[in-house]
Amino acid sequence: MALKMVKGSIDRMFDKNLQDLVRGIRNHKEDEAKYISTCIDEIKQELKQDNIAVKANAVCKLTYLQMLGYDVSWAAFNIVEVMSSSKFTYKRIGYLAASQCFHEGTDVIMLTTNQIRKDLSSPNQYDTGVALTGLSCFVTPDLARDLANDIMTLMSHTKPFIRKKAVLIMYKVFLKYPESLRPAFPRLKEKLEDPDPGVQSAAVNVICELARRNPKNYLSLAPLFFKLMTSSTNNWVLIKIIKLFGALTPLEPRLGKKLIEPLTNLIHRLHKHLSVFAVLISLSSGMPNHSASIQCLACVLVKYLGLLAMSKILKTHPKSVQSHKDLILQCLDDKDESIRLRALDLLYGMVSKKNLMEIVKKLMLHMDKAEGTTYRDELLTKIIDICSQSNYQYITNFEWYISILVELTRLEGTRHGHLIASQMLDVAIRVKAIRGFAVAQMAMLLDNAHMLTGNTQRNGICEVLYAAAWICGEFSEHLKDPLQTLEAMLRPKVATLPGHIQAVYVQNVAKLFATVLRGQEGVPDRQVAQETSQLLIDRLPLFVQSANLEVQERASCILQLVKYVQKLQQKEVQVAEEVTALFAGELNPVAPKAQKKVPVPEGLDLDAWINEPPSESESEDEKPKAVFAQEEQRPTRPRHPEVDEKELARRREARKQEQANNPFYIKASPSSQKVYAETPGVEHIPVVQIDLSVPLKVPGMPMSDQYVKLEEERRQREKAERKKKKEKKRRKDKCGRGHRAESGGESEEDITPAHTVDIVTEEMPENALPSDEDDKDPSDPHKALDIDLDKPLVDNEKLPVRAHRPPDALKSPVEGGEGEGVAQEPKKKSKKDKKEKEKRKSKERKASVCFCFACFGIILGFVIGRTRGAPVRPLAVPETSSFLVQSYDIQGNLQDGSQVVVSVIFENKSSSSSFLKCMEFNVLDSLNSKLQRPEGASPHEAVTIPFQLPPGVSNEARFVFSVQSIVMPQKLKGTLAFIVKDSSTHEKLDFKLHFTCTSYMITTPCYSDAFAKLLESGDLKASSVRLEGVSMPFHHLLARICFHHHFSVVERIDSCASMYSRSIQGHHVCLLVKTVSTVSIDAKCDEPSLLENVLQEIKQTFAKC
Amino acid sequence: MIKAILIFNNHGKPRLTRFYQYFAEDMQQQIIRETFHLVSKRDDNVCNFLEGGSLIGGSDYKLIYRHYATLYFVFCVDSSESELGILDLIQVFVETLDKCFENVCELDLIFHVDKVHYILQEVVMGGMVLETNMNEIVAQVEVQSRMEKSEGGLSAAPARAVSAVKNMNLPEIPRNINIGDINIKVPSLSPF
Repeated sequence: MALKMVKGSIDRMFDKNLQDLVRGIRNHKEDEAKYISTCIDEIKQELKQDNIAVKANAVCKLTYLQMLGYDVSWAAFNIVEVMSSSKFTYKRIGYLAASQCFHEGTDVIMLTTNQIRKDLSSPNQYDTGVALTGLSCFVTPDLARDLANDIMTLMSHTKPFIRKKAVLIMYKVFLKYPESLRPAFPRLKEKLEDPDPGVQSAAVNVICELARRNPKNYLSLAPLFFKLMTSSTNNWVLIKIIKLFGALTPLEPRLGKKLIEPLTNLIHRLHKHLSVFAVLISLSSGMPNHSASIQCLACVLVKYLGLLAMSKILKTHPKSVQSHKDLILQCLDDKDESIRLRALDLLYGMVSKKNLMEIVKKLMLHMDKAEGTTYRDELLTKIIDICSQSNYQYITNFEWYISILVELTRLEGTRHGHLIASQMLDVAIRVKAIRGFAVAQMAMLLDNAHMLTGNTQRNGICEVLYAAAWICGEFSEHLKDPLQTLEAMLRPKVATLPGHIQAVYVQNVAKLFATVLRGQEGVPDRQVAQETSQLLIDRLPLFVQSANLEVQERASCILQLVKYVQKLQQKEVQVAEEVTALFAGELNPVAPKAQKKVPVPEGLDLDAWINEPPSESESEDEKPKAVFAQEEQRPTRPRHPEVDEKELARRREARKQEQANNPFYIKASPSSQKVYAETPGVEHIPVVQIDLSVPLKVPGMPMSDQYVKLEEERRQREKAERKKKKEKKRRKDKCGRGHRAESGGESEEDITPAHTVDIVTEEMPENALPSDEDDKDPSDPHKALDIDLDKPLVDNEKLPVRAHRPPDALKSPVEGGEGEGVAQEPKKKSKKDKKEKEKRKSKERKASVCFCFACFGIILGFVIGRTRGAPVRPLAVPETSSFLVQSYDIQGNLQDGSQVVVSVIFENKSSSSSFLKCMEFNVLDSLNSKLQRPEGASPHEAVTIPFQLPPGVSNEARFVFSVQSIVMPQKLKGTLAFIVKDSSTHEKLDFKLHFTCTSYMITTPCYSDAFAKLLESGDLKASSVRLEGVSMPFHHLLARICFHHHFSVVERIDSCASMYSRSIQGHHVCLLVKTVSTVSIDAKCDEPSLLENVLQEIKQTFAKC
Repeated sequence: MIKAILIFNNHGKPRLTRFYQYFAEDMQQQIIRETFHLVSKRDDNVCNFLEGGSLIGGSDYKLIYRHYATLYFVFCVDSSESELGILDLIQVFVETLDKCFENVCELDLIFHVDKVHYILQEVVMGGMVLETNMNEIVAQVEVQSRMEKSEGGLSAAPARAVSAVKNMNLPEIPRNINIGDINIKVPSLSPF
C-alpha cells in the first residue's frame, strides 16, 4: 500500500504543478491561449485519476486559470471531491477553488451540505476554519438554513480563531436566511464582550453592517457600544463604532450630546493623526459645536477626505461649510479628478437663492478651462442638477437660467444635449411667465442652428434643436416674427438632422403655419398668407422623401393639409380659425410617478391572467416589435464648408437687420456696452455687443452675466425699497415706541423672485395614493433584516436543527403534524415574503395594463380572492362580462365518490345602479357529468340562483354535479341568464366549466410506512414525466404541486421527495419528485389514464411559470 | 463590505483576484480591465480614493488602492468601510506578505498565488475584515503551512525535490525586482 503511494507520487512528480503551469504560460507568450488549452486537456486527464493528490493539484491549477478568465465551472464536481478529502492541504485547495468559482447557481453546492457540516464539527480547528472561510463566499439560502445552527454553536467555540470566523459568517447567514437573526442575536450580542479582541472586532463588524441599514432596531445597544468606545484601543473597532453612532444619532438626539465628550477626547488623542478624518466622516449629525474641527479640516492636505467629511457635515450644519465656499471652488482646479468630483458634489448641497448665480458663474468659467470632455460633461450635468434641484427652488430669475442653458449649448462635443433640451422644455412648460422670453431665445437658436450642427463634433448638442423647435411651435403666440422662424425651420439643412428632430420640426412647422395664418387674418392683403402656404408647399416635399418613417408620415400629412388650405385661400375663405383649432388646448406636464400612483380598483386582481397564458416557446425569443423604426443616432453629420469671412460679414449684416426688427434687442450703443433698463422685465434686457472674435460664443445669443448684474441691481433696488419702507415705518414707530435695532444681513427669504413665477405642478391621477415607498428597492436584501430584536423569542423561533430524519417526514399522525408545523414555520414565512415581493413587482408591471383598460371604460373582472377554512383550490379562468364576474372552484365530495361541488362566486361589477335579478344557471349535461337539479325538474331546466345582486356585491352559489368517470378531464358548456332590473332586458352569459383531473383529487395525508406498503403492493402502474426549464427552488416546486394538485408530502430527503394524493373514487396517486439538473417526476397510480392526465396537468402548471 | 480585492501589475496583468460577489468570468476580466484603466492613469501623488468604476456597485462604492513598485492593490468597498481603515488594511496585508515571503516581490505573487490567497483569507473573510493584527495573521498562516508540510510527509517529498530542482536552474527568477518602497507607511498612523 505504502509502496503504491510512493509509486503514485513518483509518477506524479513529473506532472505539472501550479508553478510549472505559470512558468509554461510565461514561456508561451505568443501562443498563450493554445498552451492553456493543452494544459486544460491535461487537467481533465488528471481529474479522471483516482489519486486525490493528483486531483488536488489539478484543481489548484484550475483556480489559477479561473483568475485568468477561464470558465472552470465544469470541474465543480471535482472541486467538491477535493473539498471532501481528509487531508487539510487538499481540503484547503478544494475550498479555495470553491470560493473562487461557486455561486448561488452552482448546482453541486447542495451536495456539499453534509461535507461542510462534517468539517464544521471537525476536531481540527483549521479544518473548521477553512470550511468557514469557504462557506462565507458561496453560502446560499439553503446552506444558510441548514447550517445556521451549526455555525451558531461554533460562536461559542473554545478557540478564538474559530469564534471570530463564526461570528463574521453569521452576517452572511442573516442575509441569506433572515429568520436566523432573532434566534442568533443574543449570542452575537454576547460576543461584543468577548475576551478576545479579534472576536470582539468581528462582532462589532457584523452589528455595524446590520445597523447601517436598519439602525432603529439597534438603538438599545447604544450603551454597550458607548462602553466599548471608551474602553477599546483597537482603532479598527473605534472607527466602526463611530460609524455606527453616526447612524444612530439621528434617531436618538440625546445620544449626540452624550457623545461629545468621548469624541473630543478621541480627537485630542488622535490629534494630527489621520484617523481624525475617519472619525469626522462618521459624525453625520446630532453633533452641535464642532465648528472648530471643521476649521482644522479646511487647512489640511487630505482634501479628499476633508471634502467628504464636509459633505456629511453639510447636511446638518450648512452654515459652517458655506463659509469655506472659496476653498471648495479652488478644489475644482485640483488635478485630481476624485477631488474635483467631490468638490462638485459639495457645491450641489451648498447653493442657496443668494449664491446660486455666483456659483454657476464660476462653474461656467471652469467649464471653459476644463480639459477632457468627461469632466466637462460632469460639470454640465452638475450645473443643471444644481439649478433644477428641488423643483427649481433656488432660481429666482428664470431668464438667467434660460440664458445659461443657451450658453451651455456652445459646449464643444458634449453628450448631454438631451439633458439641456429637457431642461429647456421643462422650464418653458412649467414656468408660464418665462415663455415669451424662452420662445425668443429658442427662435434665435433655430436661426443659428447651423452653429450647433455645423461642427461634426457637436452632434450631441443638436438635441437642443428638438426642444427649440417644439417650444417655438407650441408657444408660437409669443413669437414676434413667426414667419422668420418658419423659414428658419424649413431650411434644407434641417434634413441633415437626426430623424426624431426632423419629425418635431415638421410638426411644429404646421403649428407656426397656423400662427402665421391667424396673424394675417385681419390683413386685407392676402399675399403674405398665400406666400407662406406656397413656402410650405415648396419645402415640405424634402421631408416627404425622408428615410425616417415618422418624418415622412408627418410631412406628407401636413403637405396635404397645406395644399388644401391653399385651395381654400384661393377661394378667399377664412381658414385660420380651423387650422388653429388643430393645435388647440394646452399640454400639462405629468408627474413621472403618476402612472404608478393610480390606485388599483377594488376587486381587480392584477396577477390574474386576462387570457390564456402564452406558451413558453414564444415568450423568450420574440421581442415586441416597435411600431416605428427605432431611432438611430447617426454618429456623424456631413461636414459643412468653412464659413468664410465674406459670408460672416453678410450674416452679421443680416443679423443686425434682424436685431433691428427684434424688440428684444437694445441696440449696442458705441459709448457703453451695456444699457440698463429702468424696470426689470422681459422687455428691457440689455444685450452685450457681439464679439465674433470669441470663437465659442454664438453671436446674437444672450450672455448670462448680464442677468447676474441685472439681478443684483434688482435685489439692491428691492432692498432699498424695503429700507425705505422700513424707514417710513420706523419714523412712524418713533412716535410711538423707541428705536428698534435694524435687522442684520439680508436673509434668504428676503430675495423675491423676479417674476411671480408660477411653477406648474405636475399632474397626478385622481385619488392617487400618497405613498413614498416607491423609492425603496424591494429587492434589497437588507429589507428582510429589518427585524425587531428586542421582542423576546417565541418558542417556534428556532433554527432548524438536523435530526437523524429530515423534519419533513411524517411518522405518526400526531407527532408528524405538529413537527411539520414547527419546523417549517420559518420556511413558510420566507416563502410568503418572497411571494409578496413578487406580487408587488408584477403589480407594478401590470399597473400600466390596467390603466389602459380603465381608460377605455371597460371594466374587466378578475378572479376574486377568497378565504375559506378548507384548503383553497386553484380557481379556473373566470367568465367575465361588463356586468358580472364569476369565479369558480371545483371540490370533490369525500363522502360520495360520484359527486363534485362547484362553488361559483358571482359579482356584479357594474358601477351604476344596475340591479341583477332572476339569475338562472344552466349547464349542458354530458354523458359523464350531470348537473343535479331540484327534484321534479326536467333534465334541461335551469337552476335558479336564490339571490339577487345589487351593484358591487358578490355572492356564492353551489351546484352539485354527479360524475361517473373521473379519469378524463372534461369541459362543460353552460349559460347564465339574468335580468338587469332597470332596463329589464334579458342578458345571457356563456361560460365553460373545466373539470380537470386535479379537481377530483383530495389532499390526503399518508405516512411513510403506509406509503411504502402501497408501493410494494405491486398493483400500481408507473409513468413518468420530465419538467424542462423549471428553475425554482425545490421546496417551492413541492409547494406548488401541493397547492395546485392537492398532493401532500410524505417524505423529503434533500432534493428528492415522495408525495401522495387520492381521488374521490379512491385511486391512489404516488409521486417521486427529483431534481438533479431537470425535474423528473416518477408516478404510480392504479388508474393509468387518470395518472397520465394528472401528470399532464402538473406539466402545464409548470409550463406557465 | 468589501466587494472585491484585485492585485494587478503595472501592465494590468492580474496577480490575484478575489470577488466577494458573484460575477461571471468574462465580467470579472472586464472589471479588472476597467479598474486597471481607472487606476493606472492616476499620478502617484494624488489621493488613493476613486469613485466610479461602473461595473461593481454604483454610487455607494469606492475604489481604494495603493501602488507598490510594480503592483497595484485595489480594494472595492461600499460606504460602510472607512477609507483610511482600508488603506491601512492594504498596508497590513502587504506587510504580512512581506513577512511570509521574506522580502516579497511580484514573482512571489506570480508563482504562489495560492499562498497569497491563504494569507488573504486570514485578513478578509467573505468581504468582511477578519483580522487587522499582523502578528496574529502571520501566526495563523505559519501554523497552517506547517500543517501542510507535515501532511505532505513521505508522499510529497519527491515532488518537492523535483520542483526545487526545476526552480534551481531557472535564470528567470531574479529576486531583485524587490518592492523597494514597501516600507512606506501611512504617515503617523498607529498600527491597527
